[in-house]
Amino acid sequence: MPIPAKLRAPGWYRAALFDLIGFGFAFGLTVLIRWLMHEHPVLDGNAITIVALIAVPLFFLAGMGTADYWFYWAAGKPSRAEDHSSHGAHSWRDYFRVNTDHKVIGIQYTVTSFFFLLVGGLLAMLIRAQLAKPGMQFLTPEQYNGVFSVHATLLIFLFVIPVFAGLANFVLPLMIGAPDMAFPRLNALSYWLLPLAGLMMLMSFLAPGGSFASGWTAYAPLSTTMPLGQLFFSVGVQLAGASSIATALNFLVTIITMRAPGMSFFRLPLLVWANFSTSLLVVIATPFIAASQFFVLLDSALHFHFFDAFVGAGRDGNVIMYQHVFWFYSHPAVYIMMLPGFGIISEVIAVKSRKPIFGYRMMAFSLLAIVVLGFTVWAHHMFVSGMSPWIRIPMMITTAIIAIPTGIKIFSWLATLWRGVLHLDTPMLFALGFLTMFTLGGISGVMLAMIPFDIHVSQTYFIVAHIHYVLFGGSLFTIFAGVYYWFPKMTGRMFDDRLGKWHFWMTFIFFNLTFGPMHLIGIQGMPRRVAEYASKFAAWNLFISFSAFILGLSTLIFVYNIVASWRGGPRAAANPWRGLTLEWQVSSPPPIFNFDAVPTVVGGPYEYGVPGAVHGIFKPPVEAEQAVAAGSFTTPPSQKSHE
Amino acid sequence: MRKHPLVQMLVIGAIAVAIGIPIALIIPWFPSEGAIQAGNVRTLYDVLLIASVPIFVLVETVVLFSVWKFRMRPGEEEKDGPPIHGHTRLEVLWTALPAVLIVSLCTYAYTVLRSNEASKRGAMTVNVTERQFAFEFSYPQANGKTVVSPVLYMAKGQPVVFRIRSLDVIHSFFVPNFSEKIDAVPGITTTLRVTPTRLGTYPAECTELCGAGHSLMRSEVRVVTPSAFQTWLAAQPANAAPPIGVPPPAAAQPGVPGAAAPAAGAASTGAGSSASGSSSAAGKTLFAGSAGCSSCHTLAAAGATGTVGPNLDVRLRSDCQSAASKRIRGSSLNQCIFTAITKPYAYLPPGYRAGIMPPNFAQTLTSTQIQSLVSFLTGVAK
Repeated sequence: MPIPAKLRAPGWYRAALFDLIGFGFAFGLTVLIRWLMHEHPVLDGNAITIVALIAVPLFFLAGMGTADYWFYWAAGKPSRAEDHSSHGAHSWRDYFRVNTDHKVIGIQYTVTSFFFLLVGGLLAMLIRAQLAKPGMQFLTPEQYNGVFSVHATLLIFLFVIPVFAGLANFVLPLMIGAPDMAFPRLNALSYWLLPLAGLMMLMSFLAPGGSFASGWTAYAPLSTTMPLGQLFFSVGVQLAGASSIATALNFLVTIITMRAPGMSFFRLPLLVWANFSTSLLVVIATPFIAASQFFVLLDSALHFHFFDAFVGAGRDGNVIMYQHVFWFYSHPAVYIMMLPGFGIISEVIAVKSRKPIFGYRMMAFSLLAIVVLGFTVWAHHMFVSGMSPWIRIPMMITTAIIAIPTGIKIFSWLATLWRGVLHLDTPMLFALGFLTMFTLGGISGVMLAMIPFDIHVSQTYFIVAHIHYVLFGGSLFTIFAGVYYWFPKMTGRMFDDRLGKWHFWMTFIFFNLTFGPMHLIGIQGMPRRVAEYASKFAAWNLFISFSAFILGLSTLIFVYNIVASWRGGPRAAANPWRGLTLEWQVSSPPPIFNFDAVPTVVGGPYEYGVPGAVHGIFKPPVEAEQAVAAGSFTTPPSQKSHE
Repeated sequence: MRKHPLVQMLVIGAIAVAIGIPIALIIPWFPSEGAIQAGNVRTLYDVLLIASVPIFVLVETVVLFSVWKFRMRPGEEEKDGPPIHGHTRLEVLWTALPAVLIVSLCTYAYTVLRSNEASKRGAMTVNVTERQFAFEFSYPQANGKTVVSPVLYMAKGQPVVFRIRSLDVIHSFFVPNFSEKIDAVPGITTTLRVTPTRLGTYPAECTELCGAGHSLMRSEVRVVTPSAFQTWLAAQPANAAPPIGVPPPAAAQPGVPGAAAPAAGAASTGAGSSASGSSSAAGKTLFAGSAGCSSCHTLAAAGATGTVGPNLDVRLRSDCQSAASKRIRGSSLNQCIFTAITKPYAYLPPGYRAGIMPPNFAQTLTSTQIQSLVSFLTGVAK
C-alpha cells in the first residue's frame, strides 16, 4: 500500500505518525528489557513513560523534518541542497513549519518564549492567590510545590534564556552583516527542541503524583524520591539545554566567521559582544546541568544511589555533590540570563541618548571578565549547605569582585546618558527602569555575598526578592526594551508608544510593590517555598498578592499592544530610531537574504554626534575605505557639534 | 548662566544620601534580637546599608537628573549629543573605588563570620535530628543518658553547639531571631553555634524545601533562665521516650524493620512495664512528638491536626477494611497499621499517592517504637 504523500513529507502529519512509532518503540523496548531481566510486572507504566519521554521527542523532531538532510546524507542518498525556497514567512502558517531562515526562527523563538512567559506568569498568580492569606488555601501543599517549581522552570528555561536567543537570532546576523546564521539547519533544530521541553514541563502536571515539586533546583535526595513528574523535569531540561548549546555554538561560529568586511571585533555592536560572551558561558556551563539531571534520572529510575547518603546503612552517596554540579551551571546561568540583556541596554541607551557608548572597550572587556569570574562563584548558593566551611571565603570574595565589572557597565551607561539628547519612548523607559531595578538587585547581590548576612537570609523571601529584582527588574525589563526596540524591524510595523508607556509605568510600579516588601519579610524570617506561613506575615503577603495581580494585568497591555500593532500598526520606516548599526540600514522587515549587497563596515557602531559618521556602507571594501574615513573610531571627533 | 549641571547634581545627590541613610537604618528589618550572633549580623547589615545607599542614590540621581535636564525637547528630534567616547581616568576611578569598598566589606564580613563561629568555652552540645516533617532536640547528659524534646529549650547566656543531622532528605535549621541557619544533610553532621542573649519564645523553621509538609515543619525555641533550664532538664525522663530520631543504626539492613536497632532506647522503654497500656502511651508520645506523625495527620487522641496525609480520625479503620487493603496489608487492624507505617506505599488509600510519607520508618524507628505506635493507633482507631 503506498504511503500517502502527507505522511511522507516532513511536517505535522509525519511528526504525529513518528510519535506513535516512537511510543511503540519505547513500549516495546521497555517490555523486552523487563522481560529479559525477569522484572515483574513486565508492563510497568512508569518505566514505559520514562523511556517514552526520551524517545518520543526525538521521533517527533525526525518527523517534523529537522534531520532530513542529515539522514539523506548519512544514507548516501542525494541530499537536497537548500534552495532557500522556504525562506521568509508568507503567512502565520509558515511559523509552524521547520524553517531555516534566521528571521523566521527568531520570531518563532520569541513568540514561543512569550507564550511560556504568560503560562509562567499565570502560575505566579496561582502562587500569590495561595499566599494571599495564611493557612492552606485552594492548593494542596504538593500542588503548591509543583506550581512554583514549574513557574521557575518555565520562566528560566523556556522564557529568559530562549527569548534572548530568539531576539539575537533575528538581530545578530543583521548586525554583523551576515545573510544568515552559520548553521541554519542546526538553528531550526535548536528551535524545535524548545516547545518540546516546555510541553514536557507542563505535561508533568498530568503525571501520576503530580508535577515535579522539588523546586527548579531539584535538590537530591528530595528529587530522587519524588513521583514520576520529577523525571519530566530531568528529561525536559536535557532538551532545553541541548537547544541552548546548539544555539550558542551557532552564535559563536557565526560571530567568528561571518562578520562583514571591516567588522573587526572592536567594531561589533555590544549586543554581539554580549551574545558572544553568553554563548561562551552556555557551551561551557550547560553540560553541567545536563549531568546533574542525568544523575537524578539514573538515581530515580535505575537506583544508582548517587545521592543516597545513609552511610550507616551501607550506602555512601554524596548529597552535596549534586549542589556543586548543579550550581556550576546554574550560577553562570544567571549571567546567561543577564549578559544579552546588557547588550540590548547598550544598543537602546546609545541610540536613544544620541551618544556613543561611554568606554566601549571597557564595556566589551567587562563582559569577558564576567564570563571568567562567573565560573568562580557558584558555591555562594551553598553557604548554609554544610559544605566545607573554608570554601565560603574565596566564594565570598569572588562574588563581591564580580560586582566590579557589573558596576563598570552601570557607570558607563550612566555616563552615556550624561549630556545626551534623551528620547524617552517605551524602549528607553524600560532601559532606564532596568538601570534602577538592576542596581537594587546588584546591591542585594553584594549583600548576599557577605557570608554572615547570607546565613541569615538564605532560603527566605529575601532571596525571592533578589532573584526577581535581577531576573524580572533586570532581564525581563531588558527583554521588553529589546522587543519594543526591534519590533519595527521584526514586524515592519510600529507599536503604540502611548500603550507602551502605560505598560512600562504599571509594570515598574507594581513590580516594586510586589517584590520590594519581600526583602523585609525575608529578613523578618519568612521562608521561601512555603504554601502556608506564620500569621505575622499576613498583612504584607496580602499587599504583595494584590500588587502581583495588577502586575499580572499589566502584561495584558503588552500583549494587546503587540498583537494589535502587528496586525494593523502603521508601517515602520527602515530606520525609525536613526540607528547606525547595520540592521537599521535595511528595510523593515529586512529582505529575505538580509542584504542585497554585502555591507562594508568602516567605523564604530555608536558614532552618534560625530559629523558624517557611518558604521557600514553597501559598497565593496576598497571603495568604502576611501569614501568614508571621517566617521571611523580613530578619527578625533570634531568639537564643533555640541557648542 | 546657571550652575554647572555636575555641581547641581552632586548637591541633589548629597541631600538624597543624607535623607536615605537614616530611612534605611530606621526600618525595623530584623525580628527581635535573640543571640550574640544576631547582634553581629545586624551591625553588618547596617554597614551594608550605609555603603549601599550612596551607590543607589548615585545611579538614581544621574538617571533622574539626565531625564530632567537632557531629555529631548521639541525641535531637537534630529539633534545628537556630544561624541564623548570615554574618559580613562574616570573609568579607572570607577573600577578602583568599588574594588576598595568591596574588599573592605569582605574583610569586615569575614571578621563577623569568625566571631559568630568561634567556639566558646563551656558550650553545651544539643543534637538536632530532622526528618520529614519534624524536629527532635536531644541533650546528651553527663551520666550517659539522653533527654529528648520536640521543642528546643536553651538557657540564656549558655553557648550551644548544635550538631545537626537528617534522616531522609535535606532540611535546614533556622531561628530568625538568632540569625543563624544551616542545612541538615543526609550522611553528614553539620554544626551551628549560638549564644542566646534574650529570654523568649522564637520560631524554629525548616527553610530547605523538603516535601509536601515543608511549610508545616516548624518547632519552637524557648530561651529560659539557666535555673529554669536546669529544672526543665531534671524534670525530663532521661531516655524515657526513646529517641525517635537516632540516625539509621550502623548495622541496619534496609528493608528489615529494626533488625539491629540500638538496644538502649528500646530496652528502657520496655523496662518499666510490658503492659500494652504503657506501650500505647509511648506510642502517643511518639505520634505527637518526634516521630513527626502529627505534622501530617489529624488524630484527636494525640491532639494532632496535620492535613497533608489521611485524617486518621476518619480513615484509620475504614481504610484498613477495604478488600484490597486486607489482601495487601493483612486482615487484622494490627497488621494493617504495621504495614502502613513500615511500607506506606504497599497500599495507597484512594486519593493519596506515593512519595509523600517517608518510606523509611522501618529503618529509622526501632521495632519497639513501631510496636508502641501500632498499639496506640489500634487502641484509638475509630
